[in-house]
Amino acid sequence: MEVARFWRTNKQRYQLVGEECPHCKGKIFPPRDICPTCDKEAKVPYVFSGKGEVFSFSTLHQAPAGFERYAPYTVALVKLSEGPMVTAQLTDVDASDVKIGMPVEMVTRVLREDGERGMLVYGYKFRPA
Amino acid sequence: MSFMKPSKPVGIVGYGSYVPRYRLPGEEVSELWTEGNAGLPVREKSVPGLDEDVVTMSIEAARNAMKRATGAHLTAENLQQKIGAVWVGSESHPYAVKPTSTIVAEAIGATPFTQAADWQFACKAGTEAFQAAIGFVSSGMAKYAMAIGMDAAQGRPGDALEYTAGAGGAAYLIGPIEDALVEIEGSLSYVTDTPDFWRRQYEKFPEHAGRFTGEPAYFGHIMSSANALMEAMTLKPSDFNYAVFHQPNAKFPLKVGGELGFSKKQMEPGMLVNDIGNTYAGSCMIGLTAVLDMAQPGERILVTSFGSGAGSDSFCLRVLRKPEHNGAVKTRDYVARRKVIDYAQYTRMKGYYKLN
Repeated sequence: MEVARFWRTNKQRYQLVGEECPHCKGKIFPPRDICPTCDKEAKVPYVFSGKGEVFSFSTLHQAPAGFERYAPYTVALVKLSEGPMVTAQLTDVDASDVKIGMPVEMVTRVLREDGERGMLVYGYKFRPA
Repeated sequence: MSFMKPSKPVGIVGYGSYVPRYRLPGEEVSELWTEGNAGLPVREKSVPGLDEDVVTMSIEAARNAMKRATGAHLTAENLQQKIGAVWVGSESHPYAVKPTSTIVAEAIGATPFTQAADWQFACKAGTEAFQAAIGFVSSGMAKYAMAIGMDAAQGRPGDALEYTAGAGGAAYLIGPIEDALVEIEGSLSYVTDTPDFWRRQYEKFPEHAGRFTGEPAYFGHIMSSANALMEAMTLKPSDFNYAVFHQPNAKFPLKVGGELGFSKKQMEPGMLVNDIGNTYAGSCMIGLTAVLDMAQPGERILVTSFGSGAGSDSFCLRVLRKPEHNGAVKTRDYVARRKVIDYAQYTRMKGYYKLN
């Protein structure tokens, strides 16, 4: 597992820290330094509220390596109330109860672990609000 | 007697709790190991989900504490940079070496100029962090300090502790009296070398000394600590509106409270053990949050923890004003949010199966 890669993205994974474009005031997540709306430089950190709604979702029964112990689980496209769309797991909800348009809120949870000896990766998931 | 009263008055500026969604009824354990013949020490216990541990639960409790701490004069951004300590007391830190507290501090935006440490003293690890935070703030070394007691407790399959070892806890932001919801009037700590319960390094489950955990350990320490604090403050049980004691099962706290002179009415608002089990380092700390959700200004609360090994911290608290919750979930609402699981789901959530 790439420790440095995860370390670099701690703030965005733990707190949903993205960016706000100083030119068009667009909210950007994940942070990318160039505003996808106006193509100008954007480096001002912005903490998202963590509120949003399910835009679409899919339940995984065959999980990729590293996520087997969580299957079955639901992954959603979550439209944040500030605008950007993020892909994240849903948690604290049964797959049969997930609906498009369902209000959700961000929580920080274990995303995966690198075996018994490796590091634990924490990050955002969403649960019914 | 070493009675601790801060030289500069301090209080609880914000508080927050967390309880996972899942519940294992005691009947599930009893059915598997005793054909349903065992007496149940609690009705059911809380179980952390597959993606939860002491780090994630501490983060949510701390976020709730910060929501209640913020208001007209204190914004979240302002507060984050003034938190001088993030301390997490637990006996189930996810890493043996690597602090829980740095992850929590990062998640609540308190890094980098803050003190961070993990505390350990069985079930009183949270209240010892709370007590140290009082001194840290009172001395002026920090404007605010976050003290958390949180556990995802372990109980050996089939052992008496498997019925009760729950998950959850609470976070308290300690700060200057002018920002406080609750004044901390005084505290006291009482410890002896009493080996009633322990877990050796590299062992997955704790050991306990059976009946010995009762008289010399739990009852002896709580009685001594609570009585000494009341004596030092010239207070008696009738001077308190509420009393919260460590809750390893449904019987012990009511018994010790009764022997100290407290009524069931004073203890029931903080009693959560029948619904969520023993949350170890979080136990009396989360009980106190349930009281604070309903307490009125002017009311006085006694809180006494118990940690095996052994010791008890007692606190005398007085409510100054009712909190603004600002979206923070109340403790009884977390308790009411429940999904019952069976023993098979429980063993999966506890990670007893090796998948590869």
